[in-house]
Amino acid sequence: MLFFTRWKAAGILLTALIVCLFAVPNFFSESTVRTWPTWAQRHIVLGLDLQGGSSLLLEVDTNAVRKERLQGVADDVLRILRQNRVPFTGRAIHGNNVEVRITRESDVDNAVSKLGELSQPLSGIIGTAGQRSVDISETGGLITLTPSDAAIIERIRQAVDQSIQIIERRVNELGLVEPTIQREGASRILVQVPGLQDPSRLKEILGKTAKLDFRMVDESMTAEQAIGSHPPQDSEVLDGERGEKYLIEKRVLVSGADLVDAQPGFDQRGNEPIVNFRFNSTGARKFAEATQQNVGKPFAIVLDNKVISAPVIREPILGGQGQISGNFTVQSANDLAILLRAGALPAPLTVIEERTVGPGLGQDSINAGEHAAYVGAALVVVFMLVTYGLFGLFANIAVAINVAMIFGVLSLLSATLTLPGIAGIVLTVGIAVDSNVLIYERIREEVRAGRTAISAIDAGFSRALATILDSNITTFIAAAVLFYIGTGPVRGFAVTLGIGILTSLFTAFTLTRLIVAYWVRMWRPRTVPI
Amino acid sequence: MRLLRIVPDDTKFDFMRFRRISFPISAVLSIAAIMLYFFHGLNFGIDFVGGTLMEVQTKAGPADLARMRGTIAGLQLGDFQLQQFGAPNDVLIRISEQPGGDAAQQQAVQKVRDALGNDVEYRRVEVVGPSVSTELLSYGTIGLVLAIGAILIYLWFRFEWQFALGAMIANVHDLVLTVGFMSLTRIDFDLTSIAALLTILGYSLNDTVVIYDRIREMLRRYKRMPMPDLLNASINATLSRSIVTHLTVSLSLLALLLFGGQAIRSFTATMMFGVVLVGTYTSVFIASPILIYLGVGRTRQGEPEDTETEAPPTVPAAPSPPKPSSPRQRARSRR
Repeated sequence: MLFFTRWKAAGILLTALIVCLFAVPNFFSESTVRTWPTWAQRHIVLGLDLQGGSSLLLEVDTNAVRKERLQGVADDVLRILRQNRVPFTGRAIHGNNVEVRITRESDVDNAVSKLGELSQPLSGIIGTAGQRSVDISETGGLITLTPSDAAIIERIRQAVDQSIQIIERRVNELGLVEPTIQREGASRILVQVPGLQDPSRLKEILGKTAKLDFRMVDESMTAEQAIGSHPPQDSEVLDGERGEKYLIEKRVLVSGADLVDAQPGFDQRGNEPIVNFRFNSTGARKFAEATQQNVGKPFAIVLDNKVISAPVIREPILGGQGQISGNFTVQSANDLAILLRAGALPAPLTVIEERTVGPGLGQDSINAGEHAAYVGAALVVVFMLVTYGLFGLFANIAVAINVAMIFGVLSLLSATLTLPGIAGIVLTVGIAVDSNVLIYERIREEVRAGRTAISAIDAGFSRALATILDSNITTFIAAAVLFYIGTGPVRGFAVTLGIGILTSLFTAFTLTRLIVAYWVRMWRPRTVPI
Repeated sequence: MRLLRIVPDDTKFDFMRFRRISFPISAVLSIAAIMLYFFHGLNFGIDFVGGTLMEVQTKAGPADLARMRGTIAGLQLGDFQLQQFGAPNDVLIRISEQPGGDAAQQQAVQKVRDALGNDVEYRRVEVVGPSVSTELLSYGTIGLVLAIGAILIYLWFRFEWQFALGAMIANVHDLVLTVGFMSLTRIDFDLTSIAALLTILGYSLNDTVVIYDRIREMLRRYKRMPMPDLLNASINATLSRSIVTHLTVSLSLLALLLFGGQAIRSFTATMMFGVVLVGTYTSVFIASPILIYLGVGRTRQGEPEDTETEAPPTVPAAPSPPKPSSPRQRARSRR
């Protein structure tokens, strides 16, 4: 137990040294560290509870995704049946199905086979082998199309991916520094912005879908008539900004997806804030065609199912540029421009959790954590010296290296340090000495049993190590479970606790033994001063 | 230099005698803790019941709680609590979950922000919507059950089943008492409390395992020693270590409790109670004596007070002394 080959000793010391060295970048300013090679730049990230900032958990509205998918299938059915000149009645969405009744019985087989193109095999996703995007069944001329669950789940996955990209653009447009945006589970997105104190504006910006459409106003009847009776099948009644009603065609002339740029500005006559926009070539062509055909008629600019304005087309707009005027303030015109530039979200987002920490509390927490760590370490160091003397010193050296190694591993993983994480480190100091205590107490016992110094030390180590392993694994299991279920600060605690257990196992099994082995070789003790 | 000996070298304290006192005490305390949980309840934090928590600091002078209470009452946001938190200008505002789903919570925060305006600094704002809080609670519960299960399996694998069961009974007892303590003191029960409970579980087991390790070793070495004596000897042999380790852990916790700040105070207080007070007591007075009742060493010879020496041979895992291959040796050869 006390014999190390030269290579083994060198290996142990080198490992400890290298792991400790990874902690070095944390002690230099960020600008200094940036000049170093990339592999040496990894450092500990302070959690939002320490550096201050805002963390928002957003959920994609999966119902909206499902609805939209159903509407998409219904639109496809209409297109396919019309293309193939199959007469039908009663196309409708019922629950999770799209139903359509084929008028002539002789058309049914043809219709089913033509609609079959909607039912694509799903590929590329694990666990969906053999499933199709839409299930089609037919009974007595009534065709039922059901988007499969797998297809919906895939849709939701895509919606989350798209949302992440769009959120990134919106957050960057707001000029926020170093945001992290990541997927959480199936339908959630975690947005963390260090240093953000009041996330109200961010929430407002992220809460808007920003689906912009240019559509025609239906002049066949007034909005009031439409509300009173039935609106035409291809139109709907939408609210305006001030609660007024418009009857708007469902057909979209040009959508916001064709925009390439949007900038806030002021209108030429007054000082009214407006948003200038520019279409890409497809959008410009479509817009030009639509305005040429509809001179003198009103069209509507619809944002998230609300009519922003409904101007009359005075002349064809051919250049692919235009402006939106509504009741904008400078701020809201600016926000709309940001939203239009970043693009529309595929589905609405809801904030389901918010945690914001101001910079004052963050700094206080860092100070408190540091303070507690120093005091805790000092108490433990003194206690060990008083209890075990020279061996207490060995234990203290091992614990110091242990803490340095924890910081090294945390840096290597670019882990997040939270206030509970600091508590985890302080606690580790408490238990890291436990390994030493176990060994030393065992040595004391062996000495009492009448062994010679060297034999007692040897036996103490070999008997205690099995116990150390057993007892630490139980705590490690608890830390692992905590890491798995925890979020944010709690996960930070699990990380430092888990790493602390691993490094303290390393020091107990190698470093402490090595130090004692060298001491034995140098001094050839007859008694153990313990 | 004379070194500190906290426990004299030849301590032979008769811990086993105390099992006739400690078991009833623990039973009564556990029942009391369970009653507290059901009739007094836990002070669930917003992590588990949803709602809003705001820590604000007034910029000019101490906070006028009455005025603030009036301002917030005017917003008609249902139940809310105001309490001083640390410094006199530091106020913790807790608003219960708003009806109307996730979006309604956000509106409530905005209303409070608008009402309090710029007179205060917002040190912390936490809003947990109903969908998240239900999930967090089930995650927390699943986590605890999962951890207990995983540790049980590990101990079963490393020791005999009686040891695993004994450790589990002892440490679930720890958790029950700690939950009783949290109910009694009205400490906020939130995600960090789950973290505290899991850590208490880990540490208490750590301690129990150290004693069990020694018991297993003694079982192999002293084949004719009566069980109570053997358990006593094992506990006495590890007593010094138990006390030294608990002192170092409590020194660390004490530093955290005194200097670690308000944010983790309830966490450290819970740990202090669970690890230092309950955990130590349990390993010595519950976890070890319970092995006698679970039948460890029942098939050993020279067990005078044991009337069931002729236990049915179907008890598979009971350690039989003549067999030289002990679990530890088997485990060693695996490594």
